[in-house]
Amino acid sequence: MTIGRDGRKRVVLAANAPALGLGLRPGVPAAKARALVADLILHDADLQDDALALERLALWALRRYSPLVAPDPPDGLILDVTGAAHRFGGEDALLADMIDRLAAVGVTARAAMAGSWGAAHALARFAADPRLVVASDRSGLAAGALPIRALRLSADLVDTLERLGFETIGDLERQPRAPLALRFGIDLTRRLDQVYGRVNEPIDLVEAPDPIQVRRAFAEPVGAPETLARYTLQLVEGLCAILETKGLGARTLDLRFLRVDNRVEAIRIGTAQPVRDIARLTRLLCDKLETVDPGFGVEVMVLTASLAEPLDWKPGASDLIAAPEADVSALVDTLANRLGERRLYRMTPGESDVPERSVQRIAPTAPATGASWSPAWPRPSRLLARPEPIETVALLPDQPPVSFTWRGTRRRVRRADGPERIFGEWWRRDGELDAVRDYFQLEDTAGERYWVFRRGDGERAATGDLSWFMHGLFG
Amino acid sequence: MHAPRPPPAFTALRGEIEKIQARGRVRRDVLPFGVACLDARLPGGGLAIGALHEVAGGGRDAVDGAAAALFVAGIAARTCGQVLWCVVRPDLFAPATAHAGLAPDRVIYVEAGDDKAVLACFEEGLRHKGLGAVVGEVGRLSMTASRRLQLAAEGAGVMGLAIRRWRRSTEAADFGQPTAATTRWRVSALPSTPLPTAGVGRARWRVELLRCKAGDCADFELECCDETGRLDLPAELADRSDPAASGSRRAAG
Repeated sequence: MTIGRDGRKRVVLAANAPALGLGLRPGVPAAKARALVADLILHDADLQDDALALERLALWALRRYSPLVAPDPPDGLILDVTGAAHRFGGEDALLADMIDRLAAVGVTARAAMAGSWGAAHALARFAADPRLVVASDRSGLAAGALPIRALRLSADLVDTLERLGFETIGDLERQPRAPLALRFGIDLTRRLDQVYGRVNEPIDLVEAPDPIQVRRAFAEPVGAPETLARYTLQLVEGLCAILETKGLGARTLDLRFLRVDNRVEAIRIGTAQPVRDIARLTRLLCDKLETVDPGFGVEVMVLTASLAEPLDWKPGASDLIAAPEADVSALVDTLANRLGERRLYRMTPGESDVPERSVQRIAPTAPATGASWSPAWPRPSRLLARPEPIETVALLPDQPPVSFTWRGTRRRVRRADGPERIFGEWWRRDGELDAVRDYFQLEDTAGERYWVFRRGDGERAATGDLSWFMHGLFG
Repeated sequence: MHAPRPPPAFTALRGEIEKIQARGRVRRDVLPFGVACLDARLPGGGLAIGALHEVAGGGRDAVDGAAAALFVAGIAARTCGQVLWCVVRPDLFAPATAHAGLAPDRVIYVEAGDDKAVLACFEEGLRHKGLGAVVGEVGRLSMTASRRLQLAAEGAGVMGLAIRRWRRSTEAADFGQPTAATTRWRVSALPSTPLPTAGVGRARWRVELLRCKAGDCADFELECCDETGRLDLPAELADRSDPAASGSRRAAG
């Protein structure tokens, strides 16, 4: 638990979970907290260190998530993820990834995504859901239900407003504006506008230390897509020249557009391997240009290589000996930047006999493993997302069925093969200790082949309830 | 077992037309199936490499595309280089394609959100030129979209394989619509090769060549891909006269 000064009083600034359970919330005077709990451990708050740590966290977010990151002191980060969320497969996936990664280092984080800084700030701190994505046009509505404390106002002003009976941001929004501004100052209406996205809020971006970047300022604002594409090419050429002198290749590139109305638009691209190819990087950036809204014009363009790695020359394959191996990493980068990195993968055998676990996804540019699945066991070409229950007629419980009904159609079995017995993997889940699946290959009268299984071995009840499931279709 | 040989004047005329159609592009290479009766039906003696080919399943398989996927995997396995496989529904089970000869290290899967994204990835893959084959699982394939793919394939010299797969079996009538693909195939399941004991033998397919540019329609009864991706003629048919050669079905390509 840390304490610090708020005016003349010493108050609690932060408390850990057990302290919160005892009712010691931030804002309680330190003397009162000590009186309530005898063996309280108090630390003096080190605000400078906190600010530095927040700065470091902001730099991490800059490298990983978005080209536009600013610390939101005392305890938050603000990220503009327009044009960056696609690399994680959507906004919700980006938030989940961020919370997971912070949790892995012992930081409990709450995140919210909304149309404006004000709304996102309020929702992240006061909404019930620790991970929330609200569409831009609904973010004002969602923030309206939150208490006034979410508005980033001084504590005195919040007290006054609460005493007057205003509870939520929506309450304030419904009041006439002029008297409100007159009575409480322009600060209140400004904060309200920021929540509802009516005014722009410039964010004070963090910059990576010692960045590899090139910038281009224009005498006249530019906005035409062709012009932006042309200057993108020039910037990439400049950046590649710098990278070449350092012997580096870009892994992540950020292109920022500083607009005349003081807003910043940004695009970010990533590559699977370090790249210094001008045509390829330009192509990747220009693919994303359509997401940039130039507004009334762009004054400055800044291209930064926020992640660069050493790039060595590889000797080209000699035509005399072998045809050069085609390089697909350019294609992988193009598609990954368009669809998201997780949408591209290769399959490799998993260490398991359970069909669902026998395939694992690996990165498309990972080195070849050379592994394959045993050709001895027949496997269907289409595997259902989850096994579907079927009704069967079998002569004996441990024989393959003579007919079955799947998706409302009854099929007579002409030939059958099996069983292939697959045991549960007790080292993964306790429930699988006794589980058994007996897989059969069935062929109906039309010649179509199915992969079905029966739960249980038919001898011990613990292995399964002898129900049948459809799991795949052979070609 | 030979297809009827066309008269020499006809062959010369065909050569002329091919020259006009190619418009200075590289001469097409072909990928033979290695099944004599099948290759004899295809112009050039095999599946054209820089071209788009469509494959659909028959019956239930129009929705599931299980046999069509294996047929395509067998073709892709016999090309050189990596294969880009664009899907909407990630239900392809990689061990089965590996059994058809397509090593898992060679396949890059792309999970595109919808048909439109699949077509975009498909075209991007074809234009890249470095791949062995590009496979896309699409439902609707318009004339414009297929023309774009066909041109991309011709320009890059990469084989494009479209697996036509619909959400509902009623939509499969869409397969009658014309597209710019060079060949069009339908693969349906037949009862498997009988075994002397109980069990399921090697799968058999009825492979129908529904459309073939500069060629005739035909249908074949074949055994499914082995571990190198090759099809086979069933043993009891191999020593019989070719039923397709009797000229029962002929249509303009």
